[in-house]
Amino acid sequence: MAEQTGLALTWRPERPGGGRWGRRPASDLVPPPERWPGGRRGRRHGRGLRGPRPRNSGPLRRERDDRLAGGVAAGLAARTGLNVTVVRTVFVLAALAGGFGTAAYVAAWLLVPAAGQQRSIGSKAMTDPPGVALAAGLGSLLVVVLLIASALGAGWLGSLAWPLLISAAGLVLIWRNAPADEQATMRRLAEPLLGLAEGNRRSGTAVRVAVATMLLAVGLFILLSGPVSRAALRPLGGVALVMAAIVVVLGPWWLRIARDLVSERQARVRAEERADLATRVHDSVLQTLALIQRRASEPQQVIQLARAQERELRSWLFGGRAPGSMDERGLTLAAGIRLIQQEVEAQHGVAVEAVTVGDCDLDDDLGALLAAAREATVNAVKWSGAEVVSIFAEVEPARVSVFVRDRGRGFDPAAVPGDRKGLAESVHARMARRGGSSAVRSVQGEGTEVSLTMPRALGTRQPSRA
Amino acid sequence: MPAASTPGMSKPGTGTGADGRPRVFFVDDHALFRSGVRSELGDQVEVVGEADDVEPAIALIAECVPDVVLLDVHLPGGGGQAVVTAIKDSHPQVRFLALSASDAPEDVIATIRAGARGYVTKTISGPGLVDAVRRVAAGDAVFSPMLAGFVLDAFAALPPESAHRPAFDPELDQLTPREREVLRLIARGYTYKEIARELYLSVKTVESHVSSVLRKLQLSTRHQLTRWATERRLN
Repeated sequence: MAEQTGLALTWRPERPGGGRWGRRPASDLVPPPERWPGGRRGRRHGRGLRGPRPRNSGPLRRERDDRLAGGVAAGLAARTGLNVTVVRTVFVLAALAGGFGTAAYVAAWLLVPAAGQQRSIGSKAMTDPPGVALAAGLGSLLVVVLLIASALGAGWLGSLAWPLLISAAGLVLIWRNAPADEQATMRRLAEPLLGLAEGNRRSGTAVRVAVATMLLAVGLFILLSGPVSRAALRPLGGVALVMAAIVVVLGPWWLRIARDLVSERQARVRAEERADLATRVHDSVLQTLALIQRRASEPQQVIQLARAQERELRSWLFGGRAPGSMDERGLTLAAGIRLIQQEVEAQHGVAVEAVTVGDCDLDDDLGALLAAAREATVNAVKWSGAEVVSIFAEVEPARVSVFVRDRGRGFDPAAVPGDRKGLAESVHARMARRGGSSAVRSVQGEGTEVSLTMPRALGTRQPSRA
Repeated sequence: MPAASTPGMSKPGTGTGADGRPRVFFVDDHALFRSGVRSELGDQVEVVGEADDVEPAIALIAECVPDVVLLDVHLPGGGGQAVVTAIKDSHPQVRFLALSASDAPEDVIATIRAGARGYVTKTISGPGLVDAVRRVAAGDAVFSPMLAGFVLDAFAALPPESAHRPAFDPELDQLTPREREVLRLIARGYTYKEIARELYLSVKTVESHVSSVLRKLQLSTRHQLTRWATERRLN
């Protein structure tokens, strides 16, 4: 399509060092995990490795693009020339028969570097003592559980011991040391389980009760099926004592492990919240403060700005409507663009021309697109010195594009100081988090154009008017 | 038929005054706005007359036969398209550039379909307006970003009712991919020169694409276009 011919991609910060005009280098623009639970939108950042590939002659690497979990099967398939589905089926069968498929998979995940990388997760994990300790702790917990099981006569569990140990310890290490995109995959896989653990839904409770009942039945069956005699009970008592001893010694450690795992997750959530908060504060409060500094000679304007900001901040803190966010209910994309136009014109006194083609209802992704467009517009109004800023938004069946253009002084994207949050955080990262893309083209003396594209989620309602 | 269906046919000589400046007639009911635009145009064009309503405008235009009429879409005595309709048959060499503060599609489309060769908003800069007048005088079409957006919208994917309408004429009722690209860039605020550079075309080719879109806009029977036009006429 027209937008993609050349220009829109010209200024993408490909070089890792190109991060000077944004705080984050390009590699960090990989969407952080939290935003794509469904993961159905396919490839995010094309590395050009897609497509049917003949046998690959390089060293074994885990595939990044075509992966269900760690990309091990896809990597093997690419290396050997076999069909991916066949490799996957073999892994699953091996997992069902004794669990070694799982263990082998996890080990490969840990030891084989991902495509395009030198170090494996395992080699990174070696420099992470708390992670190793965690894995060891989890291993010891499993050993105890298996010990109890074998004492109770469920010897068949013993054959599962090693695969289970390797898998559990390996997964802990991977979880702690994998790059963000792989963590996202893991989170996606683990989500149903976590949902059960948090269990605030009825279905979760039902499943838990069912599992517990089943375990209870099996346990009772094992206990009752053996001949009940004193001779049989004595070793049981011994096992119980040994168990108690182990629990007394290792119990606190296990508790700490559990806490660590939980706090790990909470820390991630907090970090994401902080990033979100920082973006919001930047878009509203910092912007207004900058504006106040530039208009220090006009007290009336300053008062007005401060009042507006105060209202906005209050309504966010106490009413829940985030500053700079669109009220997404009942707002369409075209209405959102109009709102940006009106608000920016009122706030900054620079004319904004908005043209929209087509329309559709807003969802979270398009809300983020609008927020990024707003930020790009505010940036243009503030820095370009242009008298007019134009916004063009087009809704197509597969995507929505927004272009923000000014004929101002332009700038050198590579020369923007790293602490300017506007472009890097509020535009690029915001778009990337939702699976969209953004690019800036600027020529000094001629102006700047920011292009934003967001793929439309399937099933979004078509524009209501023809 | 529209005022001039063959762009580029009449070049300087008929398209401009004796000294090469286009002769412009200005129709707007706001005296303040007229004097503002007059000073912005400066001596780049020759303003040969002004009028503030439909009736005097028709009489004066027929008298002084300017190259370009700058026409406000909204006039007290009716829409600007009444002026176009009255003049275009008797003086086909007079070209109209619609000027409006409103961005309502029905106004713009109705004036274009009456025969105006272009549309710009009143917020346009002085040099931008001079450039637009020159273009229209030379027989080319002038689209504001807003008009380009409307056209893209109106010629968007075929609405179901016209898909099986026998009257559907692919020549007139559909934009070519190239025309779409050109319109998109106009909507994004690019000048013809920038569009030419962007698409590796000559400015002349860009102009001819825009003229061909203008022709489709004037002659197409697409549902949205006729609806806008008739709604406006009923008012």
